[in-house]
Amino acid sequence: MLITCPYCGPRDVIEFTYQGDGNRERPQPASQDLDAWNAYVYDRLNPAGDHNEIWQHSGSCRAHLRVVRNTLTHEISSVAFTRGDHKVAARHKAEGKS
Amino acid sequence: MVERQSPLELELRTGSHGDFEHGIEVILSETRPGSILQLAAWPGQEKALIAGIRTVTGLALPDGAGAGSTDGVRSVFGFAPGKFTVVDEAEGLASAFANVVTPDIGTVTDLSHGRTAIRIAGPKAEWVLAKFFAIDFALPAFPVDAGRSTMHHDVFAQIQRTGTDQFDIYVFRSFARSFWKALCHASEEVGYEVQ
Ligand SMILES: [Zn+2]
Repeated sequence: MLITCPYCGPRDVIEFTYQGDGNRERPQPASQDLDAWNAYVYDRLNPAGDHNEIWQHSGSCRAHLRVVRNTLTHEISSVAFTRGDHKVAARHKAEGKS
Repeated sequence: MVERQSPLELELRTGSHGDFEHGIEVILSETRPGSILQLAAWPGQEKALIAGIRTVTGLALPDGAGAGSTDGVRSVFGFAPGKFTVVDEAEGLASAFANVVTPDIGTVTDLSHGRTAIRIAGPKAEWVLAKFFAIDFALPAFPVDAGRSTMHHDVFAQIQRTGTDQFDIYVFRSFARSFWKALCHASEEVGYEVQ
């Protein structure tokens, strides 16, 4: 399986580390919403097809990447830096971070 | 300055080795630069950092991922978004950057004692490295001056192509001897000389 890093180009999967399901939304650290924490830890879409995933190019540029991988064919249809990610940016904005 | 001890000392045997009777097709050496730095820009400060690198080293970084530059004494290449390795034959490069790369631009990390620089040169350098690393070493894919970061058996390595047939490899000092020995074994089939 090859993942085309936006910085490094196509690289073997051995250089990457899976960082988990890209659909999860982590509750605020102080949140006591047990349903939200339960969903974050356990709920998975488990699709037979395209899946949003977070990978780190740990064996090269070390960037975190938002990857869409087909769980049936391993085809990678999209790779982007998580930096500048809309969800993350929106959350940082809400928390008053830049 | 205190003489720095090489981690390769016990294993670096100058002379010809392997199948050299058919010719020497690879030359291995330790370049022992005085300074090896890692520079990182905060988001949005990349251009300021690149300008700072030019101010201190005189090296102009071309645009693009993994782009690099070298004048034979100093070298620079990008290895990640907004991050660069800068190398100088002389010691003291970190202090030269101290007033140029200010805390609002980015960070300067002195790795001079943490990395070992190994040079592989010769017509079969590409061939030997292709056995080590799962990246494309062909000239159009990996042009002269460009840098790449990758791994060999989980040992992180940064590679700069400093000539058509020449590559400088930066590995962790603690893994350098093991990496060197593996590189020697891999070079046996083509005949190699250690300088
Ligand atoms: Zn990468």
